[in-house]
Amino acid sequence: MAKRRILLCAGSGCVSSGAWKVKEELLRKLDERGLTEKFEVVASGCHGFCEQGPLLIIYPKETLYCRVEPDDVSEIVEEHLIGDRVVERLFYKDPETGERIADHAKINFYAKQERIVLKNCGVIDPESIAEYVDRGGYDGLRKAVSMDRVAVIEAVKQSGLRGRGGAGFPTGLKWDFTYKADSEKKYIVCNADEGDPGAFMDRSVLEGDPHAVLEGMLVAGYAVGADEGYIYVRAEYPLAVKRLRIAIEQAEEQGYLGSDIFDSGFSFHVSVKEGAGAFVCGEETALLASIMGKRGMPSPRPPFPATSGLWGKPTCLNNVETFANVPFILREGWEKYAAIGTEGSKGTKIFALTGKVNNTGLVEVPMGNTIRKVVYEIGGGVKDDREFKAVQIGGPSGGCIPNSLIDTPIDYDSLVEAGAMMGSGGMVVVDDETCMVDLARYFLEFVQSESCGKCPPCRVGTRKMLECLKRICDGEGEADDIDWLINVGESIKSYSLCGLGQTAPNPALTTIRYFRDEYEAHIKDRTCPAGACQALIDYVIVAEKCKGCGLCIKACPVEAISGEKKTVHTIDYDLCIKCGACMEVCKLDAVIRGKPAAQKEEAA
Amino acid sequence: MKESAKKVKAILAKYPDSGRDALIPILQDIQDELGYLPTSAIMQVGAHLALPSSKIYGVATFYNQFRFQPKGRNHITICRGTACHVKGSGKLLENAVATLKIKPGQTSRDKLFSLETVACMGACGLAPVITVNDEFNAKASPAKLNRLARCCKDEITQERENS
Repeated sequence: MAKRRILLCAGSGCVSSGAWKVKEELLRKLDERGLTEKFEVVASGCHGFCEQGPLLIIYPKETLYCRVEPDDVSEIVEEHLIGDRVVERLFYKDPETGERIADHAKINFYAKQERIVLKNCGVIDPESIAEYVDRGGYDGLRKAVSMDRVAVIEAVKQSGLRGRGGAGFPTGLKWDFTYKADSEKKYIVCNADEGDPGAFMDRSVLEGDPHAVLEGMLVAGYAVGADEGYIYVRAEYPLAVKRLRIAIEQAEEQGYLGSDIFDSGFSFHVSVKEGAGAFVCGEETALLASIMGKRGMPSPRPPFPATSGLWGKPTCLNNVETFANVPFILREGWEKYAAIGTEGSKGTKIFALTGKVNNTGLVEVPMGNTIRKVVYEIGGGVKDDREFKAVQIGGPSGGCIPNSLIDTPIDYDSLVEAGAMMGSGGMVVVDDETCMVDLARYFLEFVQSESCGKCPPCRVGTRKMLECLKRICDGEGEADDIDWLINVGESIKSYSLCGLGQTAPNPALTTIRYFRDEYEAHIKDRTCPAGACQALIDYVIVAEKCKGCGLCIKACPVEAISGEKKTVHTIDYDLCIKCGACMEVCKLDAVIRGKPAAQKEEAA
Repeated sequence: MKESAKKVKAILAKYPDSGRDALIPILQDIQDELGYLPTSAIMQVGAHLALPSSKIYGVATFYNQFRFQPKGRNHITICRGTACHVKGSGKLLENAVATLKIKPGQTSRDKLFSLETVACMGACGLAPVITVNDEFNAKASPAKLNRLARCCKDEITQERENS
C-alpha cells in the first residue's frame, strides 16, 4: 500500500518558524503510535505562505494546517491521522470573513495565483530527482536536444521571455548573441546572487525546485553551445546551496548532466560558486569578476559578457527565475507561454509580498495584474486595516508607487513609467506609519554602503544624497534640499558606470515625486507625519493612563525610566535612546509617540 | 605549528595547484573553520596561491562576509532588509548598539557578544528577523532582544559562579 503523504514546508521561512522541531516531533509521534509504515513525512520547498508557517499539508485531501507548533503535533496525529477528524483550530482563518478554510486551493492567497515557475515548489521533495521527473521534469531538455540550436533560441525569442533579474532584457536575444559569438569555449552562468533586500523568490525556487533551474541552464547551454556552467549563489542561503549540490549530484547520476546527454553528443557540467556578500555582484560584470576570485567590481560594457565574459570567453548570464521559466517554454511550447501576460511582458512573475500586509509570502501572477489585485485579493489587504500608502517595488533600484496609482498593471514598461522598476520582484507594502523620507534614507544608506567605489558619481553622489536625507530626517533640512536631491539624483543616474549607480537614486526620486509633502513637513514644520523619524519624536508617558506598574522600567535597556511603584513614571530624555521598548511592553497604552520634549519647551 | 595554522594547512591541501579563482572559496572555508580570518592565515593563503597579502586583503575586505575579529560567544545578526526595516529593524539595531555597547562588525571586549548586520536573510515574511548563534528569531522587538541579551549574560554569570 502506498504511504499517505504528509508534506511539511521546509523553506527558509518555515524553518525559521520552527519547522524542523515540528518534523522531529511528528516522526517521534508516528513512531510511538506505530504509524511509520502508513505515512511518509516529506520536507518540501517553500509553499510561499511564509506568514502562516510552519505549514503542514496532509494528503489525500490536502488539508492545510497553519502555524503548527510541536505541541500541536500530538493532536493532529491522534485526531486527523488516526481518528479522521480534522483539527479545525489550525486551519487558515480568512482575515475578512473570519472563516476557517481547510482546502488550501480555496484560500485566496493561493487561488488567485497562477503558478508556472512555482508549480513544483512546496509540492515535491526537492531532494528527490524522481519526483521532479514524474512531473514532466527534464522533458523540456529532452525536446530541446532533439531540436536544432537555432530553433531552440527562436522558441525562447518567440515566447517573449524577458530577464527576471530586473532590467528585463529579452532572453532569446541574449542567447542569440552568445550563440553567434565565435569561440570554442563558452559558459552559462546562473545569477543567484539575490541581493535585493525584500526579495526571496530565487531562494525559494532554488530550495523548492532546484532541478528546474538546472534544466533551464542545460537548455541554454545546448542552445548557445556551452559545455560548462556556474551557479553563483549567495552564501547567506545555505539551504539553497545544499539542495543545489544534491540536485547536481542526482542529475549527474541519472545522466541529465555530464557527457553525451540523451545520446545527443551534448555535454554539460555545472558547479556552484558561493558569493561572499556583496550586493554589486548581482551586476553581471561584477559577478563574473567575483567568480574569477577578484573584487566584485563592474567593468564598462561593451564588451558584453555575451562576447567576452568569464576568462574572456563568451558567457550567457541569466537569473534563477529566468532559467526556471525555460523548461515550461520547451515542454509546453512557446505559444502557450506567450499567451500569458501582456503585449510587452509575457509569462508570469513571482513577487515577494512583504511589509505591512496580511498575507506575506511568495506570489506568482501573470504579468499585467494590477497592484490592487496583488495587495488586496492575494495579500488580504493592509495589516490592522491601516491605510495603504504605497508599495515599494524593485528594491534599492526600484521606487514607490502610491495609493493613487494602485491600479497600475504590473509589467516591465508600466512600472518604469511610474518611476519604479520590476527589479527582482520585491514588493514591500507600506502604511501610514512608514515615513517615506526615512525609507528613501534607508535605501540610500544601503546603496551607499554597497557601492563598490569604482566610479565617482555613484561613490560620491550617493554619499552626498545620504547626508542630505539624514539631515532632513534629523529635522535639519533646508528649503532648497529637495531640488538639490533631484538635481544630484538625475546626475548620478546619467553618469554612473553600472546598474547599481544608474538606479540608486530611484527610491529618493520617486518618493519626492509622490510624497513631496512629507519632505516639506520634515523641512518646514520639523515634523514627521508618520511618527517614524527618531529625532522628530519623543516617547511620552501619559500621566492619566500610567498606573506605575514598572513594566517599562524593566524593559528600558538604558535605565532612562524611573518612578516609584504605583506612581506615574517619567523618562529622562538625556538617557533615552528612543528604542520604543517601553511603548511595546506597556499594556495600558500609556506610552505614546509625541513631539520632542525640547521643542515643546521652546514653544512654551 | 599552531593549532589554527594546521587547520589552515589542511584546508589549503584541498585546493592543490589552484589559481586565483579558488581564493574566495578558500577564505570561506577558513572562516567557517576559525570563525574569522586571522593575519597569519592570510599569509599562508598568499604563499599557497602566490598572491601578495595586499591583494588578498583587497578581496577579503571588499566582501561583507569576511570578518577580521573573532566572533563573540553570542553572535547576533540583525537583518536590515526592506521588510525588516519597515517593521522596525533600524530601532532594533540602535537598541542593540546601545545595550551591547558594540557596533556592527565588532566583538565586545569581554568576548561575550558580537554584532553584525546582513542585507537580507530572505525571511522577509517574518520580519524583523534576528539570529542569535545562527538560530532564527522571527518578529523580533527591542524588548525581545533585550531579554535575549540578558539571558545570555545571566547564563554566563551563573557559569562563572559555578566554576
